[in-house]
Amino acid sequence: MAKHFDRELEKLKKKILSLGALVEERVYLAIKAIENRDPDLAKRIIRSDHEIDETEVEVEEECLKILALYQPVAVDLRFIVAVIKINNDLERIGDEAVNIAERIQSIAKRSTFSFHFDYTEMAEIAAAMLKQSLDALVNLDIDTAFRVITMDDEVDDIQRNAYSQIKQAMREHPEEMTYLINLYLISRHLERVADHATNIAEEVVYLIEGEIVRHEDFNS
Amino acid sequence: MDTQLSIIPRDQDEIERIDVRSEHRMTNLRHGKKMEPLKKDRDKPGKTVGEPFVEYPRMTCRDVDVYYGDKQAIRNVSVDIAGNQVISMIGPSGCGKSTFLRCLNRMNDTIEGCRVAGEITLDGMNIYDKHVDVVPLRAQVGMVFQKPNPFPKSIYDNVAYGPKIHGLSRNRLELDEIVESSLKKAGLWEEVKDQLNQPGTSLSGGQQQRLCIARAIAVGPEVILMDEPCSALDPIATGRIEDLIHELRRQFSIVIVTHSMQQAARVSQRTAYFHLGDLIEVGQTDQVFTSPRHRLTQDYITGRIG
Repeated sequence: MAKHFDRELEKLKKKILSLGALVEERVYLAIKAIENRDPDLAKRIIRSDHEIDETEVEVEEECLKILALYQPVAVDLRFIVAVIKINNDLERIGDEAVNIAERIQSIAKRSTFSFHFDYTEMAEIAAAMLKQSLDALVNLDIDTAFRVITMDDEVDDIQRNAYSQIKQAMREHPEEMTYLINLYLISRHLERVADHATNIAEEVVYLIEGEIVRHEDFNS
Repeated sequence: MDTQLSIIPRDQDEIERIDVRSEHRMTNLRHGKKMEPLKKDRDKPGKTVGEPFVEYPRMTCRDVDVYYGDKQAIRNVSVDIAGNQVISMIGPSGCGKSTFLRCLNRMNDTIEGCRVAGEITLDGMNIYDKHVDVVPLRAQVGMVFQKPNPFPKSIYDNVAYGPKIHGLSRNRLELDEIVESSLKKAGLWEEVKDQLNQPGTSLSGGQQQRLCIARAIAVGPEVILMDEPCSALDPIATGRIEDLIHELRRQFSIVIVTHSMQQAARVSQRTAYFHLGDLIEVGQTDQVFTSPRHRLTQDYITGRIG
């Protein structure tokens, strides 16, 4: 029974990681779309979102099945719960990639306006956070998970910066409001990507730290 | 890590969100006690981890060793049994959980070559004191066994037998009352009130087990020991016994040995894990089944011991 159960867990782990890879790819595409203001790429992102949604449903069904059939406890239970939550976060990151793509589509129509906010750094950090949170999950690496959690503040700083700069631009060019709002919302979506990556890292911490033995002087 | 929040004008929601998040995360996760590195010797049995002791114990066990001849079956077990609570004892076969259970009402006295060392008290009285009479002790600490074992007597007499020999009733009327209230507490009264003169063995397995519980209750125990009380019952009868355990906890302390971890999780407030004669871990049941402290506990409850 334990062997069979372990196989099921292994299968689930592979599935959540393949969802992770899928989502990571979407985020990279979204970043590229931001860089190049590429509406075609944006379209591709929007059209392929259903793949992520389908995988999310599969992962969830897998989790429900394991809960019903094996009634896992302790680390296994924490793993299943972590996967359910990470699954949700990954799907939401996929949605954020779609949101970015939609912003790019509307921005691309107004490419005449020259004001620009450079999202390269923010995007790089958010993408790195996603990657590392998944690495932390694969390797059950608590240090990496904590690094991700601390990185979130850098993303928040950049977003704050984007907010004040774009607000200034709005004051100066109220006629470009639609463009500027869309431009600002990209920062918001990137920040959400980072938040979800942080959630994933936190789930990994929960998954690991439940195992930690808290007792002094164990020698009898 | 810089937790200083530099607040430049922005919407209030955002301020609150960032505020809560970074503060919470940094204090709880980064500097939390849980971050201590793993201890290397965590896998070695020895001192029990968790919370073996309670503030108001009904029974206390200290440094209990049990030997069968030369063989030591229980090593240095210290644990409290709390009042009005169910504590479950789990562990692989031969881990000593049933042996330990039998120490609590000196049932091991009946086994030849069995020797118990250490101290076990019931309400402050050492039950292994040489002045203690085991007959009233076993009324105070009642027992229900794996297989229902009603006496070959009527349903009424099964329950009335204990009160009679312990002299708990002065007349037939009082005895009738004890029988009725015991059967009611055991959730069996409605089913048997019209057939009290039928033999106890004519009942179904689940009913017989409840009859045995009524029999244990009839002599006014403080603690009820249950040794796998449901392993011979179907899921429905098991469910009824488990409901009954929840009810009985209001009045008694219950110690249950079970092979079903799901049952331990369902019925008990505290769980004790035994392994090869050592008491490895004692803790709140929900904690033991979500985040056990000891590797051996985890390996057992996740089915990976072996």
